[in-house]
Amino acid sequence: MQEEVIFAGFGGQGVLLIGQLVTYAGMIEGANVSWMPSYGPEMRGGTANCTVVVSSREVSSPLVVEPTSLIALNKPSLDKFTPWVKPGGLIIYNSSLIESLPERTDVRVLAVPANEVANEIGDIRIANMVALGAYLATTRAVGCNTVLDAMKKVLPERRHNLIPLNRQALARGIEIASVWHSRDQGEVSGAQ
Amino acid sequence: MGEKVLMKGNEAIAEGAILADCRHFFGYPITPQNEIPEYMSRRMPEVGGVFLQAESEVAGSNMVYGAACAGARVMTTSSSPGISLMQEAISYVAGAELPCVFVNIVRGGPGLGGIQGSQADYFQATKGGGHGDYKLIVLAPASVQELMDLTVEAFDLADMYRNPVLLLGDAILGQMMEPVVIRERAKVDLPPKTWATTGAKGRPKNVITSLSLDPAKLEEHNLSLAEKYARISNEQVRYMTYMADDAETLLVAYGTSARIAQAAIDMARERGLKVGLFRPISLWPFPYDALQLTAQGSLRVLVVEMSLGQMVEDVRLATGNSKSVHFYGRTGGMTPTPREVLNEIERIVEEGI
Amino acid sequence: MKQVFGRPETLTSVPTHYCPGCTHGIIHRLIAEVIDELGVREKTIGISPVGCAVLAYDYFNCDFVEASHGRAPAVATGIKRTLPDSVVFCYQGDGDLASIGAAEIIHAATRGEKITVIFVNNAIYGMTGGQMAPTTLPGQKTTTSPRGRNVESAGYPIRVAELLSSLSGVAYIARVSATSPANVTKAKRAVKKAFETQINGKGFSLVEFLSTCPINWGMSPLEAMKWVDDKMSVYYPLGDYTRVPEVG
Repeated sequence: MQEEVIFAGFGGQGVLLIGQLVTYAGMIEGANVSWMPSYGPEMRGGTANCTVVVSSREVSSPLVVEPTSLIALNKPSLDKFTPWVKPGGLIIYNSSLIESLPERTDVRVLAVPANEVANEIGDIRIANMVALGAYLATTRAVGCNTVLDAMKKVLPERRHNLIPLNRQALARGIEIASVWHSRDQGEVSGAQ
Repeated sequence: MGEKVLMKGNEAIAEGAILADCRHFFGYPITPQNEIPEYMSRRMPEVGGVFLQAESEVAGSNMVYGAACAGARVMTTSSSPGISLMQEAISYVAGAELPCVFVNIVRGGPGLGGIQGSQADYFQATKGGGHGDYKLIVLAPASVQELMDLTVEAFDLADMYRNPVLLLGDAILGQMMEPVVIRERAKVDLPPKTWATTGAKGRPKNVITSLSLDPAKLEEHNLSLAEKYARISNEQVRYMTYMADDAETLLVAYGTSARIAQAAIDMARERGLKVGLFRPISLWPFPYDALQLTAQGSLRVLVVEMSLGQMVEDVRLATGNSKSVHFYGRTGGMTPTPREVLNEIERIVEEGI
Repeated sequence: MKQVFGRPETLTSVPTHYCPGCTHGIIHRLIAEVIDELGVREKTIGISPVGCAVLAYDYFNCDFVEASHGRAPAVATGIKRTLPDSVVFCYQGDGDLASIGAAEIIHAATRGEKITVIFVNNAIYGMTGGQMAPTTLPGQKTTTSPRGRNVESAGYPIRVAELLSSLSGVAYIARVSATSPANVTKAKRAVKKAFETQINGKGFSLVEFLSTCPINWGMSPLEAMKWVDDKMSVYYPLGDYTRVPEVG
């Protein structure tokens, strides 16, 4: 198994965090992992992104230019990284902020209205978790429960009160992916 | 064996220093290594150590000089332009034989350059970035675990040989996160620092200087340094290989480039190409003999660097005229992709060069 | 027979290389006497500069470190932060401290590093052969200001004691000279106070000596002493510059 994924969005949308959660969860599950962020001026105003590798083999290159999955929370990152995705790969995009579909026919594309769902739950800041839930359900790169365990490690103690809300957001993301799978992709039981 | 934790490369260096009982850190902010002084500013007070943000890299590296004189385990970290400013102190600590650790999280140059990862400081690190006849022990980690482990070792090597050690990383290694096992430190027998300037209580005074106005004496001193460097060259050569045994094409790369080369090798092997890797871990002393031996069975050598080609000169020194030595690199903070490296492998294999 | 005068324990018996009429020797002796009197020789670490006093470590009988040009306060910081109970002093000239080492002295001072700096200002680069210093007086001839220092192009001399006195980390700062027995006595009091300031943990201390360079000034030793009194002391008035600046 070799999952190479790019999480991308505006600075502040929490893409580095969900990347770290997947990385940490992979580590807990005994996989080989690496996490590589974008940094510096690129993060100011433009897109923030991170690359995560979760693999059953030793991770050689931590840099990924042919990702198996892309999670794009805003338009600039979708535009930038869509051409990078491996044929047969997966693109999950935030349809609350992105109107046009990514121009690829050789990949699976899942639209997740992450901002709307987050607002429904009551906190716009958890849009990233909605997208993460959809990603976990689709790829099963790591288990959802392991991600919740990872949250306790990655989030500072004072933020642990947000975990129930994050769990809710993950569940909604999983639900969206499951509906999509059962409709378009055949039977998939995403929710765990 | 300790618990596995997920750490940023820069943080692993900082925690490695703490593990090695480094209790003095002087630094100045520069991207992409700011996590190290930030970590130290938080961590040093917890372990009773000293963190001080200096007014410049020039001052910070001279604080390192002072703390090393007083017998401390001391470190400073920076990135390329800052390391250029430290060359004065580096030459002085080498001349005065002071144990201390420098870290360069290399970014693209020359000049102010950029902030993306690069390996263009190889010459500066290994060929004497400052003035005079001196050598640093230069270690090149390629994973977050190695960043920590080699930082710990760097302090022991520095004390063992009374010589500054430089850890040469790059922005990618510094910024990335990987699992790290915090290992118990192996205890090393180290000579007592009887030379340190700690106050002349019950002993004749100690003087630490790199000044020697009598050229005959300075030559004598430099020859004793040369003897030490020869000893280090015998004792501290480090490298590793990957699928090198049957490799017709031998890649040579260090640090991040070695990781990329390894990915390219996996892709090449899937295509039936016999490709392997030789990775120097000690850039000084450079593993000349080991590389020559490893390359003996290969038809060709391909050096991969994030620069215009610097280590390639050492590879040519190692292999002499017996091999064709090719080079592939990206510069300015651009990183070669595994596919680019694969293309280059395929090209030289096809052309039979 | 009672000995009434001798070499301080903190000085070695090595004859100095300083020129006739230069006051480095007097200043060395004053420092050594103070270290003896305070009983701190065995925990004192001196730092010599690049300049005429580069070989000071040969003349002082205590641990010594040779710093690179201008960096003595940074080196002293590294030592003092490692050995907080030690007594650390820098011995610096005007080129070393006020030109190439301007950043290091200002920041050591403003951090309130518990070190003592002896700053020897003779308005010229002595060791390199008499070039213009940051403290060379307006109109003063040197080998790089052959028509006299022109403030239009070379700017004005730096008054170090006044400059540093504005910094909150400075606990004691004074300007003295060694041109007469009376001035030497005052100078010694200042040096002692500076070391006491450090030992009592109060902060940064500095004593600026107006000193001579008869060779490069082209004067006899006597004329040089008179020049310090008549010319230098006018631009650089002697006295205690310690302020108790408002903190915060």
